[in-house]
Amino acid sequence: MLSADLTRKIDRELTKYPPDQKQSAVMAALGYAQDEHGWLSTDLMDAVARYLDMPPVAVYEVASFYTMYNMRPQGRFKVTICTNLPCALSGANAAANHLKEKLGVDFNETTADGKFTLKEGECMGACGDAPVLLVNDRRMCGHMSHAKLDELVGELSAAADRGEGRPGFDPEHGIHVK
Amino acid sequence: MNAPSEFLDYGPDAVLMAGLTGSNWRLKDYEARGGYEALRRILAEKTPPEDIIAEMKKSALRGRGGAGFPTGLKWSFMPKNYVGDKYVVCNSDEGEPGTFKDRDILRYNPHAVIEGMAIGAYAMRANRGYNYIHGEIWDTYLRCEEAVEEAYAAGLLGANILGSDFSFHLYNHHGFGAYICGEETALLESIEGKKGQPRFKPPFPASFGVYGKPTTINNTETFAAAAWIARHGGEAFLNLGRPNNGGTKIFSVSGDVARPGNFEVKLGTPFATLLEMAGGMRDGRPLKACIPGGSSMPVLPGEIMLQTDMDYDSIAKAGSMLGSGAVIVMNDTRCMVRSLLRLSYFYFEESCGQCTPCREGTGWLWRMVHRIEHGEGRMEDLDVLNSVSDNIIGRTICALGDAAAMPVKSFIKHFRDEFAYHIEHKRCLVDPYV
Repeated sequence: MLSADLTRKIDRELTKYPPDQKQSAVMAALGYAQDEHGWLSTDLMDAVARYLDMPPVAVYEVASFYTMYNMRPQGRFKVTICTNLPCALSGANAAANHLKEKLGVDFNETTADGKFTLKEGECMGACGDAPVLLVNDRRMCGHMSHAKLDELVGELSAAADRGEGRPGFDPEHGIHVK
Repeated sequence: MNAPSEFLDYGPDAVLMAGLTGSNWRLKDYEARGGYEALRRILAEKTPPEDIIAEMKKSALRGRGGAGFPTGLKWSFMPKNYVGDKYVVCNSDEGEPGTFKDRDILRYNPHAVIEGMAIGAYAMRANRGYNYIHGEIWDTYLRCEEAVEEAYAAGLLGANILGSDFSFHLYNHHGFGAYICGEETALLESIEGKKGQPRFKPPFPASFGVYGKPTTINNTETFAAAAWIARHGGEAFLNLGRPNNGGTKIFSVSGDVARPGNFEVKLGTPFATLLEMAGGMRDGRPLKACIPGGSSMPVLPGEIMLQTDMDYDSIAKAGSMLGSGAVIVMNDTRCMVRSLLRLSYFYFEESCGQCTPCREGTGWLWRMVHRIEHGEGRMEDLDVLNSVSDNIIGRTICALGDAAAMPVKSFIKHFRDEFAYHIEHKRCLVDPYV
């Protein structure tokens, strides 16, 4: 279940912590697992638990506590936009509404083609760049005017057509498709 | 990852962020600016750790993360004769709405933080360290990984640094989205690979920190300032600011200003000057309100802010707190009910659920503000909001409860008429957000 690339990344994280504290690497391990699989299935979390000698429930606790972990399948590109007060004062709500209209989904929904999941985020620590959004947890985009949003959606949509982005879209697993 | 050039103009008084172009973040660039001189001198001269702590005390450096606790005093709490690992931890989990300064320090001047942490570790006789970096800033985490690698390669981190008997092993730890991990004991739990739920104190981290070892946690900007103090002296830092309010401070200015961004000014600089640096009010609209220290701090009416200086004591006297230095500016078109509603939702969403007053109280506050905003409020709700807030403050393990309650109380205190108007007329007194 854990690819060679994934275990190599986890092993590198493990060097940061005392040998008897392997659990410390669980956050990074889940992050990398999510990059590869798109979301954290129970099987995947169990595999991480075995790798780090942790009780599975301790891994579930971490995965469900931190908001950036996906506990169910997502679109190829998860777009999380901050709407907290400082961002709202600089056009975040208008940007969020523009995205909703353009993608035809509300927050926490995935487009029917499985390309996009739209999420409402909390402070990303980049309020000066508002409106700010995050693509698949790793790529931050700031100063998102409507024109830049259109450009980004176009870019990601084309990337999804080429099979890029994260796997994990699976209607059979109860994903909310509009 | 280079920001537009105007974002690197931190103002004429900048010292921590002086000379940064966005691309000169590497070790050689930092050394060209005089970086690591202080660490080299300390190791060469075998400076007694107590002298470094005394210098920190002299500087009047106070914690830049929010609480404003004197740094030198905090460093002196670490047990001196403890046998075993001791830890220095940098809190770069910057998620207080309105705050975005630590990200700039880390991506444009990461070695200042590394040097500050190494000097702190030397002063507290610590041998291991973690820099806990906010989950949403992956690019910045990668940059810190590179910077730490550079420092190891140059012998500035690791075993027997620069041939001395001082060893310090520093690593970056990447968060994954939890505001509560900015609370120092939640952050320690998170480093241990657990849910970020704050610990009951005492014991304090200095005696029982990460993995149960003595630990001191400081904010990113605090460590960067510590490196500057070690190089230039405590008195030089103190003289940049005011008594009890030493040094410069990076303020993150957001909201209704023409040029949102970070500005490093001497503590004690008038708010009006800071506002001017941020380009003044956007579209020349009047200043209605300002939260001077991040969303957890009390809001103040514009006319009070315009008479206030930006330092710990002056802002406290005006009725709020300097906090993390996040200055959220609101103009006359902003509805105070709707603004509070968004903040209340945030604290409800981010409460870790451990303490009943916070877990239940934040939801209660949010639901009441929600019904006022949506025209279903009752006049007595205002008193209930205050009473729920009072019953959260001081009754929880950590300060998130207080952070949720203080905005509520201050918004009602200063803008009660606007809340009453909402309840009576079932609509905003002002035009909604654009």
